[in-house]
Amino acid sequence: MSNHEWMTPKAKAIPKESSEWEQGRYGPVWPKTPACYGFTIIADVIPGRAETIRNYGVKLEEALKGSPEILAPLKLHYLRWVLFDNDTRFMYQGIFDTDFDKYTEDAIQLFGLAGVDTVFENLVGFPTDWKTNAPAFIKFVREHQCNSFLEYGEYPFVSADEIKKALKLKAAFSEMLDQMQ
Amino acid sequence: MLELDDIQHYLLTRPHATIAEYVFVTFKNAESGRNWIASLLDTVGNAKTVMAASDTDMRWVSMAFTFNGLKALGLDEESLSTFPEPFRQGMAARAAMLGDTGANHPDHWEDHMASPDLHAVVILFARDKAEKERCIAKHQEYLHQNPGVQVLSTLHLEAIPPYDYVHEHFGYRDRITTPVIEGLGIEPSPGSHPPSKPGEFFLGYPDESGAIVPLPKPEALTKNGSYIAYRKMQEHVGAFRDYLKANGKTVEEQELIAAKMMGRWRKSGAPLVLSPDKDDHELGFDDSRNNMFDYEKMDPHGYACPVGAHIRRMNVRDNSVSQIMHRRLIIRRGGTYGPHLPDDAPEDGANRGIAVFAGCADISRQFEFLISVWANDTGFEELNERDPFCGLQDGTLDMVIPKRPIKRRLKNIPAFTNVRGGAYFFLPGISGLKYLATLNVKR
Ligand code: HEM
Repeated sequence: MSNHEWMTPKAKAIPKESSEWEQGRYGPVWPKTPACYGFTIIADVIPGRAETIRNYGVKLEEALKGSPEILAPLKLHYLRWVLFDNDTRFMYQGIFDTDFDKYTEDAIQLFGLAGVDTVFENLVGFPTDWKTNAPAFIKFVREHQCNSFLEYGEYPFVSADEIKKALKLKAAFSEMLDQMQ
Repeated sequence: MLELDDIQHYLLTRPHATIAEYVFVTFKNAESGRNWIASLLDTVGNAKTVMAASDTDMRWVSMAFTFNGLKALGLDEESLSTFPEPFRQGMAARAAMLGDTGANHPDHWEDHMASPDLHAVVILFARDKAEKERCIAKHQEYLHQNPGVQVLSTLHLEAIPPYDYVHEHFGYRDRITTPVIEGLGIEPSPGSHPPSKPGEFFLGYPDESGAIVPLPKPEALTKNGSYIAYRKMQEHVGAFRDYLKANGKTVEEQELIAAKMMGRWRKSGAPLVLSPDKDDHELGFDDSRNNMFDYEKMDPHGYACPVGAHIRRMNVRDNSVSQIMHRRLIIRRGGTYGPHLPDDAPEDGANRGIAVFAGCADISRQFEFLISVWANDTGFEELNERDPFCGLQDGTLDMVIPKRPIKRRLKNIPAFTNVRGGAYFFLPGISGLKYLATLNVKR
């Protein structure tokens, strides 16, 4: 990013669909925006299962303490988990640098390791045979994906790796200045 | 346990052959097609007998079918609809996603590869030319008996000189790395993947998820089968050599650049991670060491092997890039076609290259992922590059060679290769072939 694109905050309006979108293995790929790649999955909770889902929050927290590197291949920024409408609906939102569509099988596997699949099993319409039927899992995700119509980035297009690199450099630099005292 | 006597030998073992012929055919009518399969059945080798390595038993024929081929043979609609979508669509229909655009677009493919009339391929291996001639003459006989089966194209494959090691036209030693399948008693070379569950390559067995993926119907056809994705890639040897010369002042520097693009030294296959500065012939040919490396711990920044090198893209060997590399493996088969271009000869414009089949159980998860994402996604590891050999190149992208204190940039990588054809085939088991041979026949 030689032209310091990240200095200028930027927004992008996203059409409902577009013939210009790249075709992925499972259909059109949603474009990269100043807020990177991402998805928002919204689905109905199987009645009575909201508590089960909520309890997984704690389990996931623990799982990730144990192996913090586990989701690294997905090049994530943030994940958000929300129960809403009186615990009848569930939203799962992720912000990524990799394009989720391209790495869906990785995501399924990693979500499996992190216990996310067990959460999905509490959602209406989630395929029971998802373990042997990746296309069905992917279809569920794509059918429940709600595309943004606008995304904004305060520091557009900057990747998590770049942020980490910059912070490392900053840390090394201040250490160097300390050494020079 | 694998039913070795019901699996075609093709993905499990290599016969002692130096010559091969691909024959691509179309079925004008179903009955001819079925009879033709029946007449060839006896020459199709199963894995058990071919692995027993009897040089006297040369049943080295393999047969595989496109989706249109299964349809033309009369497979019913209901069964056809149970095959996975990529196979049903065929490779040409998925060109945009695979990166087969521009000069690689199916409009430019040869050998009728993009035609809906492409129905089947027969792969003949032979120990020598005389044996090949005999096989082809025999095949001609079968074709005469079944005039409804017509040859669309043929491709002759032959090893190129020097003959003391397997290599392709650019001069890279090949066939070093291949997945090993559990239960066959074969040990992977040190540093390679642990043996794969059979279901990664053969239908009807547990795969790495632990489960058996439901088979397309009918099981009598699909059990013990595999998918093989075909890629014919022309290699522009002159352009490749010119590029090395333009970017390397000395022969040593040219060799280093060639190695950096591949991840292995050209003449020996020695991995750059273990021998970053110069070729090491002994290491390259030592199977106990030539895969004994990773990238994550030994070369995280790519100072030895650039992150964009061909073998580092095709097998990432780094958990932070992929935790499911064991689900992205393919069994590579095939060889070189076209005349050898001697080292000192100028480009002669001849069509030469590699014609390979990638064997797998899931076309999309394995083959298509490798090509569409790891070969062609410029976002791969934030490189803004594509694979120098099997990615789409048109001179607009560079390739970075990490180096201290500052990186080196290989500018404007041209198209060293072009895709000249491709198709998805289903390679049935032996009983699957029998099923096709007797399909719809009143018994
Ligand atoms: C003209 C194009 C190509 C050339 C010149 C080429 C050459 C090579 C060479 C020399 C090797 C190293 C030998 C070995 O590890 O056995 C290799 C490895 C490999 N290639 Fe290619 N290749 C080409 C196209 C492809 C395509 C189309 C695919 C995928 C379908 C592919 C997939 C692989 C894989 C998976 C490996 C093994 C990497 C490893 O395990 O470290 N290659 N290739």
